Amino acid sequence: MDEGLRSELSKQGVFTTTMTDLYNWGRKNSVWPLQFGLACCAIEMIATSMARYDLARFGAEVFRPSPRQADLMIVAGTVTKKMAPQVVRLYNQMPEPKCVIAMGACAISGGPFKQGYNVLKGIDRFIPVDVHIPGCPPRPEALIHAFMTLQRQIAAQELVGPNRARYFVAGEPSEFPVPQFGEHDLVPPSNPAVWKPGKVVRA
Amino acid sequence: MDIQSANSAEYGPYSFLAVFAVIALIFPLAPLVLARLWAVFFSPQKPGPDKNANYECGLEAKNDAWIKFRSDYYLYAIIFLIFDVETVFLLPFAVAFTGLPVGAFIAMVVFILLLVEGLAWAWVKGILTWR
Repeated sequence: MDEGLRSELSKQGVFTTTMTDLYNWGRKNSVWPLQFGLACCAIEMIATSMARYDLARFGAEVFRPSPRQADLMIVAGTVTKKMAPQVVRLYNQMPEPKCVIAMGACAISGGPFKQGYNVLKGIDRFIPVDVHIPGCPPRPEALIHAFMTLQRQIAAQELVGPNRARYFVAGEPSEFPVPQFGEHDLVPPSNPAVWKPGKVVRA
Repeated sequence: MDIQSANSAEYGPYSFLAVFAVIALIFPLAPLVLARLWAVFFSPQKPGPDKNANYECGLEAKNDAWIKFRSDYYLYAIIFLIFDVETVFLLPFAVAFTGLPVGAFIAMVVFILLLVEGLAWAWVKGILTWR
């Protein structure tokens, strides 16, 4: 719809919208997170959902204990290699459209345990992450900021056309391969279809 | 003739039930149909082995649900019953002890002896020894 016409109509008291905007408006204001925590970041996540920080203002107070009912996975804490297959499987069991927030240094990179033998160096090696939050742990405000970022992402998604969101493309996968326990590491150690790290260029 | 009787004469006294029935049918069906249409035109369904799995805690289900449980556990249930029932009846008995007639006292002693008999039975059977 023409922006000039829309502003002209709104001056006359006529509110116009599109199906996409209406759909995304409803979607971004009822994002239900999956209720699971992996480490200390989960405490901050719990604090965020409680009365002081009140995530309910953003329509995300309903933490679902089942992946079947969840829209958002907040990976809050250290993902050990022992836990990674379970996290990926939970992600696979969530219905589309689904989002992931990687919360804290561990979830985005391995954090202080990056040199350790038993910690996954970022959950984005196996599942697509929408928003990364740095911090150890991030404050509740940081999680709320990540949540608002996610809401802006959802609001900008298109439902039809060549630029439509990943969930609405029939060929795009909804499930990602679950890593297996190998002798020394997870097999495979990362999913190349998901994890595309940037090349480090040293001058 | 007032308005109400005119209406009921025209439509019948129970016609609103039919209207409610139709609305009650449409109300739940409309979201289902809309969701189905949405899935057909916009959002392709993507089932998979993980998504269709029964178990949903992240672990894979393994083994059979139709396993045998040890029937020996009935003994623990019986012993629990002995001590539990004993407590329930002994507490009011102890509270009202001074004001009880002789008949009630004898009945209570018989009851306790019955329970002690059960305990003795379990003891003789060797259940109380830790294995």
